[in-house]
Amino acid sequence: MIDYSFDILIIGGGAAGLRASIAAAEHSKDLRIGIISKVYPMRSHTVAAEGGAAAALRDDDNFDLHALDTIKGSDYLADQDVVEMFVQEAPKEVIQLDHWGCPWSRDEDGKLSVRAFGGMSVKRTHLASDKTGFHLLHTLFQTSLQYPNISRYDEWFVTSLVVDNNKINGVIALELHTGQLKFIATKSLILATGGAGRIFAVTSNGAINTGSGMALAYRAGAPLKDMEFIQFHPTGLPNIGTLITEGARGEGGYLVNKDNERFLSRYIPNKMELGPRDIISRSIITELEQGRGFGDVKTGYVHLDLRHLGKKLMEERLPFVLELSRTYLAIDPLKEPIPVRPTAHYTMGGVHTNIDTETPIEGLYACGEAACVSLNGANRLGSNSLTECLVFGAKSGQVSAIYAESQKDGKQSDEKLAQSQIKSTEDFFKSLEHGTESVPMIQRSLRKAMDQNCGVFRKEDSLQEALSTINELKERYTKVKIVDSSRTFNVEILDTLELGAMLEIAEAVVESAIQRKESRGAHVRRDYPNRNDEEFLSHSLAHFSNKGPEIEYLPVTLTKWKPEERKY
Amino acid sequence: MAKGEITLKISRYIPGKHQEAFLKEYKVPTSEGMMVLDALNYVREELDPSLAFRWSCRMGICGSCGMSVDGKPSLTCQDLINDHNDDNALIIAPLSNFPVIRDLVVDLTDFMEKLKKVKAWIIRDEDIPLSDGEHVQTPSQLMAFRNHSGCINCMLCYSACPIYGLDTKFIGPAAIALAYRYNLDNRDQGEKIRQPILSSPEGVWDCTFVGECTEVCPHGVMPAEAIQRLKLQFAKDMAFKTLMPWTKR
Repeated sequence: MIDYSFDILIIGGGAAGLRASIAAAEHSKDLRIGIISKVYPMRSHTVAAEGGAAAALRDDDNFDLHALDTIKGSDYLADQDVVEMFVQEAPKEVIQLDHWGCPWSRDEDGKLSVRAFGGMSVKRTHLASDKTGFHLLHTLFQTSLQYPNISRYDEWFVTSLVVDNNKINGVIALELHTGQLKFIATKSLILATGGAGRIFAVTSNGAINTGSGMALAYRAGAPLKDMEFIQFHPTGLPNIGTLITEGARGEGGYLVNKDNERFLSRYIPNKMELGPRDIISRSIITELEQGRGFGDVKTGYVHLDLRHLGKKLMEERLPFVLELSRTYLAIDPLKEPIPVRPTAHYTMGGVHTNIDTETPIEGLYACGEAACVSLNGANRLGSNSLTECLVFGAKSGQVSAIYAESQKDGKQSDEKLAQSQIKSTEDFFKSLEHGTESVPMIQRSLRKAMDQNCGVFRKEDSLQEALSTINELKERYTKVKIVDSSRTFNVEILDTLELGAMLEIAEAVVESAIQRKESRGAHVRRDYPNRNDEEFLSHSLAHFSNKGPEIEYLPVTLTKWKPEERKY
Repeated sequence: MAKGEITLKISRYIPGKHQEAFLKEYKVPTSEGMMVLDALNYVREELDPSLAFRWSCRMGICGSCGMSVDGKPSLTCQDLINDHNDDNALIIAPLSNFPVIRDLVVDLTDFMEKLKKVKAWIIRDEDIPLSDGEHVQTPSQLMAFRNHSGCINCMLCYSACPIYGLDTKFIGPAAIALAYRYNLDNRDQGEKIRQPILSSPEGVWDCTFVGECTEVCPHGVMPAEAIQRLKLQFAKDMAFKTLMPWTKR
C-alpha cells in the first residue's frame, strides 16, 4: 500500500524547498525527488519577501563583518559556526541565482546592486526592486521545472510523519483535490514549510503560515528550538499587518512620531532607521505608550515618511511600497507618510537542526524558516532569511542526497505503522461530524490571546494568561465540528488540521517564553529587563508531550566572538 | 464607502453532490476599504465554512485568489467592493476557461504543463563558473525583460483570453510572456530552443490580438505585446528563409 516512493521527499515549495530540490537533482540524476506542497509552489510565502538577500560580495565588505553583524543582531544567541558557514556560502548562492536568471537590480556598470538594511554595517542587501522574494521564488520554481527527476505533488497536505525507531519512513498526506489519504514512502525527508506568523492576528504572513510543518516534526519527536523568539517587523500596515519593506528605511526613509520627530534618536541614535528590527519595534511601542504616536498602544501607529526619496528612486527601487500603500490604504507615499506599526513577521525558532540541517530524527532534515539552525538567534537581521533559505536549502539537498544514497533500495517501510496513522486520521475526520465547536472562533481567540499577551513586550502574568487560554482552546479543539461532508477540496478539514498545529506551536512559543526569564533580542520581559548570560546563553528546546511542552536547554556554540553588551 | 451590506451571489459546486454549479446568496456587512476577498472570508468564517476558495498573501503577489467578479477576472485581494456598487450585489464565480474542482477552485494543471513546455528557465550552451561572479547586465538590459518577469501566475489572462476559451491547446498569454522574458534576457541563449514550440500552431499564431490579457493583468506584464513581438520576429525569420534559402542560419 505504498502509494509513492522517493529517495528524497521535500515538504514545502518555497525558496528553501525548491533550492533543496535543485541541489539534490544536481547531485545525481538518479535520485527520485518529490516536492509535496499544500499550495502550488509559486504561492509559497517566499513570494512576499520584499527587501532583499544579504551576502558579502563587495570590496568594502568581508565575511567577518557580515558574521559579526549577524551575531550581534542575534543578541549572541546565534551559533557562531553556523554563522561563519552561512556568510561564506551566501555570495555563491546570490551569484547562483543570477546564473539562474533572477532579475537582480543592477548598478550602471551591470553589477549587482545593493542597499542598506537594518543592523548591517555596510550595504550588502541584494535586491530585485522590492519584490526580491517574488523574483527569487519564481526563478527557483521555473529553474526546477527542467529536472526530470523532480516530481511535484501540488496541493497535498501532510497530516503526519511516519517515523519508526527514530528513523524517517515517509509521510501520510491528504490529496486536497480528492480528499484521499496516501502513504508516501521516502528514504529522507526535508521539511521546508515556513513560519508560523498566523498564530498572531496582526501579521505580515499569508494564510498558509500556520507552522503546520513545524508541528509535524514536533509531534514526531523532533524538538522545537528557540520558539520564544518571534520577530515583530516595525513597519506593518495597521490592522491588516501587511509588510512595508525595511528597504524603505534602507533607501533613506524616516520614522517619525506625531510631533514629526525622528524619535529613534532617543533609542538608537547611532543607527536611527537602520537599527535592527527588535529595537525599532520596541521603540515604536514605547512612543505609543508614552502618547507620542497616533492612537493607542493596541492599534496606534507612527509614520514612515518617504516623501524626500523622490519619485524616481521610489519607482525604481520601491515600486511595491507605492502599490501596497495605494491599494490598501489609498495613500500616495510620494505625497503623504505611511502609517505603520509592528507586525508579527518571522519565527526565529523552528525545528532543531545542526549545522548540516540534520534533525535528531534519522533521515529528517529541515531548512528555511521552518528550521532553527541557529543562524538568527534571538533576532534575525533583515535580508538574512532569503539567503538562509538558499544556503541551508542547498545544504539540506546535498546532505539528504548523500544520506539517501547510503540507504539500500527495497527497504520495506513499516506499512503497518502507516496504515494505523491513516486509520487514526480517518477516525479524527469522522469525529468532526459530531462536534460542537467552531474552528474560526477558536482561531480568533488564539490570535487575540497571542497579540495581547505574547507581543513585543511580555511579562509573567500575561504569558500565563496566554497559556491558560491556549489550554482551554486545546480542550475545545477536541470537540470541533465541521459541516462539510464532501472530501473534494474540503477547506474545513484543512482549516481544522492547521488550527491543531497552530495551537501546539503557540503553546511551545508561550511555554518557552515563560521559562526564559531574561530579555534578549526579540524576547523582552518587563519583569526581567536584562540579558542574563549566566543562566540563558543557551537555546531552548521544546519537546512534545501530551501534558504540554517540556523545555530543556542547549549551550550556544561560540567560536571567536565573545558575548558582550549589544550596543549600537 | 459607508457601512452597509452587500449580497454576494457565489457559485457553489461540489462534485458528487451537485449536478451543476448554482448561485447561492450570502449577505455580508461591508466596511471602508473592504476587498472582495475580505467578504469571502467573512462568508467562510461566519456563514458557511464549507465555501472553498484559495487565498494566502492578501497583498496581490502570491496569485492565489483570482476569481471572476461580476463576469470579469479579478485578483480579489485587491478588488475593492467599493468599486462595484451597481446594485449592492456581486456575482462571484470561478475563473472561466478552467475546469472547476469545486466552488471557486479551478484546476491549474494545464498551465503548469505549459510553463514546462515553453522552457521558462535560463538555457545556455555553457554556463560560466560561479567563481566568475555575476553576468554583467546593465540596467537597460534588465529593463528589456523585467516587465515580463513580473507575472504572478494568477491566471487572470487565461480566463480573459477568448482564444484559450475556445481551444485550451493554445499555450496562452502568461506562458508565452514568460518564455519571451527569457528570450530577452542577455544571460539566456535558449531562443532557438524555445522557437519550435512558440512558433507552432498552438503558439503565438493562435492569438488574434484581442489584448484582453494585457488589460486584466494586475501587474502590467503585457503578454499581448510579447505575443505580437514574437509574431513579428518569426514572420521576419520566415521571410528571410524564403528570400535567402541558401543562407545557413
